[in-house]
Parts: sequence; structure tokens; C-alpha cells
Amino acid sequence: MKSGGSLSIWFFTGLCLGVNGALIFARGIYEAIYPPAEKVVLYDLHANIWWGAVLLVLGTIYALRFSPARERARNAGKS
Amino acid sequence: MIPALLVLSSSTLVHLSPVDLVIIVFYFALVLAIGLYLKGQANTGEDFFMAGREMTAWVAGLAFLSANLGSLELMGWAGNSYKYGILAAHWYWIGAIPAMLFLALVMMPFYHICKTHSVPGYLKLRYGQGAQAISSVSFAFMTVLMSGINMYAMAVVMRVVLGWDINFSILVSSLTVAAYVALGGLRSAIFNEVLQFFLIWAGALLIPILGLIEAGGWSGLQAKILQNLTELNVPNPGSYTHLWSTLGNFSDNPMGINWVGIVFGLGAVISMGYWTTDFLVVQRVLSAKDLRSAKLAPIIGAAFKMMVPLIVILPGLLGIALLRDPHTGNLLRLVPANVAWSAEGQAQGLHGYDEVLPLMLARYCGPGLLGLGITALIAGFMSGMAGNVSAFTTVWTYDIYATLINKNASDDAKVRMGRWCTVLGVIVSIGTAYLVMRAQSIMDYVQALFSFFIAPLFGTVILGMLWKRATPAGGWAGLLAGTLSSIGMYTWVKVDPSAVRYVALSMQAQDQAQNMFRALWCCLICVIVTVVVSYMTRPKPDSELKDLVYGLAPIPKDEHVSMFHSPAFWGVVVAIVFVILQIIFW
Repeated sequence: MKSGGSLSIWFFTGLCLGVNGALIFARGIYEAIYPPAEKVVLYDLHANIWWGAVLLVLGTIYALRFSPARERARNAGKS
Repeated sequence: MIPALLVLSSSTLVHLSPVDLVIIVFYFALVLAIGLYLKGQANTGEDFFMAGREMTAWVAGLAFLSANLGSLELMGWAGNSYKYGILAAHWYWIGAIPAMLFLALVMMPFYHICKTHSVPGYLKLRYGQGAQAISSVSFAFMTVLMSGINMYAMAVVMRVVLGWDINFSILVSSLTVAAYVALGGLRSAIFNEVLQFFLIWAGALLIPILGLIEAGGWSGLQAKILQNLTELNVPNPGSYTHLWSTLGNFSDNPMGINWVGIVFGLGAVISMGYWTTDFLVVQRVLSAKDLRSAKLAPIIGAAFKMMVPLIVILPGLLGIALLRDPHTGNLLRLVPANVAWSAEGQAQGLHGYDEVLPLMLARYCGPGLLGLGITALIAGFMSGMAGNVSAFTTVWTYDIYATLINKNASDDAKVRMGRWCTVLGVIVSIGTAYLVMRAQSIMDYVQALFSFFIAPLFGTVILGMLWKRATPAGGWAGLLAGTLSSIGMYTWVKVDPSAVRYVALSMQAQDQAQNMFRALWCCLICVIVTVVVSYMTRPKPDSELKDLVYGLAPIPKDEHVSMFHSPAFWGVVVAIVFVILQIIFW
């Protein structure tokens, strides 16, 4: 898709998911080490750790796959 | 007990931690950055209003769905599933999938070939200025109202979960939407909608996953719902988890509707009208780069639409099964919004139906995940509002300003008008946000609007596309009669509630059931008036209907693509999955 320059929407999506995933994952690790006084339901499942990890991995894959450098190379190859 | 719910009776459900705030601020920064980045790509009318017509099927398809997946959709339908049970899923399945496939495979070629900028624009080509004027004015009116509904939904989230001031949250979020749409036009709206689509899923999907674990799977959830509703003496408690088997009689289900209302009112009229003629969603598909992409986009949207009940309907059902008052341990019963928002309701700490999703979010999501969940709701708000605002801007500029006010407007003037109109649309819709508090639940109000404007529009558009004998006078009169009759029936029931037995065929009919039957009748009235008036007036010659009507529009044959790239193949796959879902949840 011509996205208006070398930044694809999928890059923005990957960036967003990756950053959020990293923050949530890090917070999950912190909570596992220092458990909070007030816990949410099913706290023991540590959803923030595995859900954060899923988002981080997905976001990283997308951000790298559609990185500006790769997009430029792809556009150069087309022209 | 349930720590997250221990604050139910206090003014807010949760308090955000620094990591939550970082996630929310990062999201706002990112959407504004996208708007700024795309500013240079929105210089012509085609760029600003139609995103250059160069979107791929995936981008157009996800934006098509995301524009519909506002916070209104998330919270409103979660609230409705709490209120009506799994019957609410009809609005995602029979109330969406057949219409999306119909748009893709039957109607899209007409929109694509005539290169219209909008649905009212098609009506102008097909019927002339009369039908276009009614359609564009009613659409503009509806979009600003819908935008207001989204704001209200947003304000509810902020009030319930965070205790934020309503005016503050409305102002910050709506100004952000105004900024990125005014800067980058439809392209910016679409880019953000794709981003918001992923955020919504990332933020909301944990609720059904964790909810089902807590409830003991689907069978455990069914058992808990049955037990809880029996305890509360709710009639027909078993009907809350069955999709079709309780639709034989009006009195057998919580909505007070029968299968006729669902199949014909919802499936054949409301849904067809919304998904094929509501320019808010159709505009996204019109931005596709070619006909194959334009046909694939709604099919991609349909595939994901079928999964949305996971993050919307299921949380509502989980709310019935799992929410309890943290102090007494009794079942927590949510109430209509007007009761929850009354002084007495506030004093008692009552919660409205539409608050079920935030309540479930607070139940499972700690710091970090909570920020993501709140961001998902904010993203939903923004995608819903941006969809309305960008559609409003296009219809206003092309179908009202350039048609009725300044017929010689240059392309530059249209883009300038589009940017100003974006800001104006946001300001006007802020004023409508408070109107919706009068409705029992948000979606009842939305469906009332659809029955006023969208249901008759579908009759007019479909006759225009498929019947070349339909005349300009017929189209205009039919659309006007359909709209006025719908508003008339609504007013009749408001003035005399017993009239519901005529409008909705049953005294048990709840708001949603009334909306479905009203839509059905007004669409029929529209079609009948159009046909009668058309036979009394002179039709347009075939030469003026070229590319607009079935039989006179050379539909391009699909390129020679493999089966896996064919829209028809994927349409069949989606249809099969749709049927299987109906059987599973029968």
C-alpha cells in the first residue's frame, strides 16, 4: 500500500503493540517479585506477564517486518 | 473477596498507576504523530476525502470494521448482552454478516464503477438532487448525533473507572480526533482505525479469556447464569444463552421479539441498510485501490466481525454470571442508565447496563493491563468518532456545500471546507453527547436513529441499483415517506405506549424489538411509495442510468486470480462459518 512515504501503518501498529507489551510485561515481572496488597481476580495467573510477552513479540515482528528501512528498500525495488 | 470490586461503592473503580498513564499518553502521542505525518498526503480532494483511493483490501477491511467498533459498540453491546442475553449476538451475526457479504459481492461493483464520493452522491446520480438532499441532510444529522453517543460512552468509562471529569475527557479526546482527522483527512482516520482495531483486541480479549477460566468454561457460564437469574426471579432465565430457540414467541425471551423481527427487521432491513448504505462504513471500502480489493474488504471485515462477540457479548454474559456486590455478597444487578445516573442511583452506588465492560475490566486487569484496557476503550471512542466525523465532512462538503451552497467550489476550497468542517462537526457533536443519557441503554438509542434514517435509505438505494424503472420522483417520495413514517411510529409509541402492540406486534416488545419492527415497516413503506410513484411518473432514459443500475452497468469480471485470492471463495467460507455459529449457539 502506498502509505505516504516510507512508514507503513503496520509499522505503527507493531510499534504500538511492542511498546505496550514491553511496559505490561515489565510491570508483570515487577508484580511477581513484589506482589501488590490489593490483587485482581485470578492474579495468580499473572496475565500481565504472558499477555505482555505476546504483545511484545507480535509488535516486534511487525515493527521489524515493516520497518522504514525495509519499506524504503521495497519501494526502491518496485520503482 | 474480590479486591478490585471492593471500590464499587466508592466514586471510582480503580486508580491508574504510572505505567497505565504512560500507556494512555503514548497512545495519544502516536495518533497525533500519525496525523502530522500524513498531513502532507492530504492536499487534494481525492486525497483528503477518499484517501487517494489506494488502500489495500486489508487496510480498507479493518478500517471498515473499526469505524463501526467504537466504544459505543463495545460498551453498548456489552450492556445489551447483560440486558438481553446472547440475543444481542444477533446484531453481530445475522445483523451483519449477510449484509457485509451482500455489499461485497453485489453492491460494491455499482459504487466502484460510478466513482461516487458518497452514498448521497450515488443518489444524486441515480435519482437527482431531491433524494440526495434528504439523504445528505439526514445523514449529516445522524452522524453528529452518533458522534455525541460515542462521547457519552467515553465519558461513562472515564467517570466509572477513573472518576475523571466528564468535560475533561470529552474535550481532550474529541480535540485529538479533530486534530488528526483535520490534518490527514480520511487517510489519517483509516490509519488510526487500523491501529485502534489492534489495540481494541489487545485490550479487550483478556476479559473473555480470564472470565471463561473463572466461570469454568462455556458450560459453567451457562449454569451460573441460569442459577443467578433464577435466584433473581428473572423470567425465562434459560433464554439468556440461546440464540434462536426462544424466538418462537414474543414472551419467551428477554427482548420481547420473535424470529420475524430478527430475520426481517434486523437481518433484511436494519443490517442491510447500515452495512450497505451508511456512508460511515461504506466510505472506507470506497477508498480501496481496485474493485477486487473493494470486494474483499467487506469480506475481511465480516470475518473479524463474527469474532467480535468474544470481546463484547461474552463480557456481558460473564457480568450476569460473576458480578457480585463486594459488601453483601449478593448478586450485583445492573440497572438502566437513567436509574444509575439519578441522584438516588448515585447515592446507592448503582451501575448502568453499559458499565458492565468497565466493571469486568476492573475485575481482571491490574496495572499495565488496565492502562491497555482503558486505551482500548479510548481507541474505540476515537475510531467511532473519527468515522462519523470524516463521513460527515465528506457528505457536507460534496453533497451539501458543493451541491447546494457553492456549486463552483474548487478542489482547494473543498479541502479547506473539509478541514473546517471536521472541527465544526466535533464541536456540534459535543453538544449532542448529553442527549443520550435519556435512553435506557446506548444501543437502544442508536437503533432508533438507524430506523429513522438508514432503514428507508436502504429501500431507496437497493431499488435504484436493481430496478431501472424507479424514477427520481419515486426515489425522493419513497425516502421521505419512509423517514417520516419511522419518526411518526416512534412518536406514536412515545405518546401512547399501548401503540406498541401495533408497531411491534406485541405489548412485550422492548426498545430493540420496537426498533426492528419500525425499521421493517418504514422500509416497506419506502419501497411501496417508490414503486407507486415511479409507475405514475416518467422514468429516466437508459442513457442517463449507465453505470448506475443493474443491467446497464458493465460489471468488470474478476481478474484471473487463484481461488485463495477470489472474493467469492472467501465469501463462501465466511458464510459457512456464520451458519455453523448459528447452529452451535441455537
